[in-house]
Amino acid sequence: MSLTGGAARIGALALLGLAVAQPAQADTIYVSNEKSNTVSVVDGGKLQVIATIKVGRRPRGITFNEDMTQIFVCVGDDNRIDVIDVATQKVVDRLPSGPDPELFVLDPQGHRLYVANEDDNMVSVVDIASKKIIGEIQVGVEPEGMGVSPDGKILVNTSETTNMAHFIDTESHKIIDNVLVDARPRVAQFTGDGRFVWVSSEVGGTVSVIDVSSRKLVHKISFAVQGVPRESIQPVGIQLTSDGQRAFVALGPANRVAEIDAKTYEVKRYHLVGQRVWNLALSPDEKRLYTTNGVSNDMSVMDLERGRVVKSISVGGAPWGVIVKP
Amino acid sequence: MGRAAALLTIAAALLLGVPAWGADPMVVRIGYLTRAEEPRIPQTFLEPVSDDEGVQGARLAIADNNTTGRFLNQRFDLVEVTVPEDGRVEDAVRDLAGQGVRLLVADLKEDALLAAAAAPEAGDMLLFNTRAPDDDLRNERCRANLLHVTPSRRMQADALAQYLASRKWMNWLLVVGRTPQDAAYADAIRAAAKRYRAKIVEEKRWTFEDANRRVDTGHVTVQSEILTFTQGTEHDVLVVADEADGFGEYLLYQTWLPRPVVGTHGLVPTAWSRVHEQWGATQIHSRFERQAGRWMRPRDYTAWMAVRAVGEAATRTKSADPAALAAFVRGPDFTLPAFKGQGLTFRDWDGQLRQPVLLAGPRVLVSVSPQPGYLHQYSELDTLGDDRPESRCRNR
Repeated sequence: MSLTGGAARIGALALLGLAVAQPAQADTIYVSNEKSNTVSVVDGGKLQVIATIKVGRRPRGITFNEDMTQIFVCVGDDNRIDVIDVATQKVVDRLPSGPDPELFVLDPQGHRLYVANEDDNMVSVVDIASKKIIGEIQVGVEPEGMGVSPDGKILVNTSETTNMAHFIDTESHKIIDNVLVDARPRVAQFTGDGRFVWVSSEVGGTVSVIDVSSRKLVHKISFAVQGVPRESIQPVGIQLTSDGQRAFVALGPANRVAEIDAKTYEVKRYHLVGQRVWNLALSPDEKRLYTTNGVSNDMSVMDLERGRVVKSISVGGAPWGVIVKP
Repeated sequence: MGRAAALLTIAAALLLGVPAWGADPMVVRIGYLTRAEEPRIPQTFLEPVSDDEGVQGARLAIADNNTTGRFLNQRFDLVEVTVPEDGRVEDAVRDLAGQGVRLLVADLKEDALLAAAAAPEAGDMLLFNTRAPDDDLRNERCRANLLHVTPSRRMQADALAQYLASRKWMNWLLVVGRTPQDAAYADAIRAAAKRYRAKIVEEKRWTFEDANRRVDTGHVTVQSEILTFTQGTEHDVLVVADEADGFGEYLLYQTWLPRPVVGTHGLVPTAWSRVHEQWGATQIHSRFERQAGRWMRPRDYTAWMAVRAVGEAATRTKSADPAALAAFVRGPDFTLPAFKGQGLTFRDWDGQLRQPVLLAGPRVLVSVSPQPGYLHQYSELDTLGDDRPESRCRNR
């Protein structure tokens, strides 16, 4: 899609006198599609898919490099990480990952990737520059969620069958503590100030908020949606606003995103999105929330100022991860 | 064998640099009891018979428990016992009790299971039934020291019936084999038909000799036999009850009317199948295949669940006391994640594990029951099997 084409379209809309609700946002959204082995590129202004990038098999975890010129994608069935060049929208390189990578996190300095090897009870530490695995940390059964503290010193990994959040010292690669959470923990997300980590438990149906310094559970958030069986409430993706006021949790087959007061932990409301909502991403200005809906094969766009879903966009098969570039 | 496996596990742990337990770990001993059986000739060599069915699942769960246990200084040991074909399971229970086993995985058929549960030493044990699907074990013959991990026949039949009803395939031709187990399976199918308002338009008993695939031109006999055998009242599906796997497979494609075959063959309700890959099941398949060198079967899966249930209780209670673990497993806070998309719990009225039931085709997963729309005031999983008001279990 050429720039002039987009400009012409906007011009045409203006000529027609159509009120465009949002200012044209320059965000670009990237969605990994687990089943179609692609990454969809969505224009945040037009809210349309503008490109589809072919990657390795079973892409799930997706993240930018430090300056957002590259995208790393875990391609689990190929046991590696694909590197996408953002400018050319092509896979240009690959990194080792250890077996069956599912999720990973970039250290805040941008030098390392910490990768959960789901099949091997292990976290691999990948040095990006040398493209080498420089460390392996034994964790619980079926490692999944990965979170890193803003100062890069503490890594948190969750293990789905062990049901723990493992706190790992990134200097020594040693586990310093293990915190038991509810069944099948998925995502670990640090708060902006680095004091707490939020861990979602998919089968347990809760989110545990853990104090990072004491490793004590400070709160457990439960959910209840009228008319939705309790077993269908399966928290996965977590996003926190940078001011520390609001949190959003994807509830899987409940097809809802919970909006939470991040100070009081009170669930304020539930937003209906697509089927089996999996992961979430806030736009850089935090005015929008993007969700991947694994069963309905689309992405929901939530306008956070108006507090509602404004659009669903078809992406690839079984959309999984989502990231946004300003 | 058990010791050899344990040594191997320890050796593997050292090689991988897994942190070892601290000094004096808490030890949880779990027994695994099975009985030798006459080797079975498989109906198809695509599904070879293995003599370690069941125990491989228990071993995998021990390894999983130990991975978690290292973080809590808990160690899990499996004490494996195989009683000879003509041996007494009661004696094995006594031996196991003498070795400190109070939590016992029972890979036994109904009568042997009841004998084991009735042994005097089993009085303060908790037994996990990982094999016997019999409905009377959950009703008239229920016992307080027995939990049923394997789904009952009635749960399987209900799972199938819900799917057929959702398709509006309401007229069934029921074909029943000669064994008592086939008759029990047929009973469950009849109960499910009643519950979901399907109609069994006709019942036929399979009285032919079981086909022999090795006989030259054996297919010619099958082809003519089944064609005439399946003539009769118009129906939507043929439901077959052949747990011994003697003839069911031969019904497919050989029927008088072009109708799907479901039940013990064709579309099969089951706890586990290699075709199931959802909810992280791929991960346990690959772990299992690496360990056992074959696919994971339902008996492996139920044994895995039983040993994991004990592991889960030990993790949550931070205890190794069998009484505390048994109480936790039976209590309201217990839930077991087992690759079925939701936590599983035990029913307090009959000790049955609530669980979704897979509907497996020969090469892909067809569906998972409960089907959408079958509602229940407590748990939709209780639309499968004996619900509280129907239960005839009085001994718990």
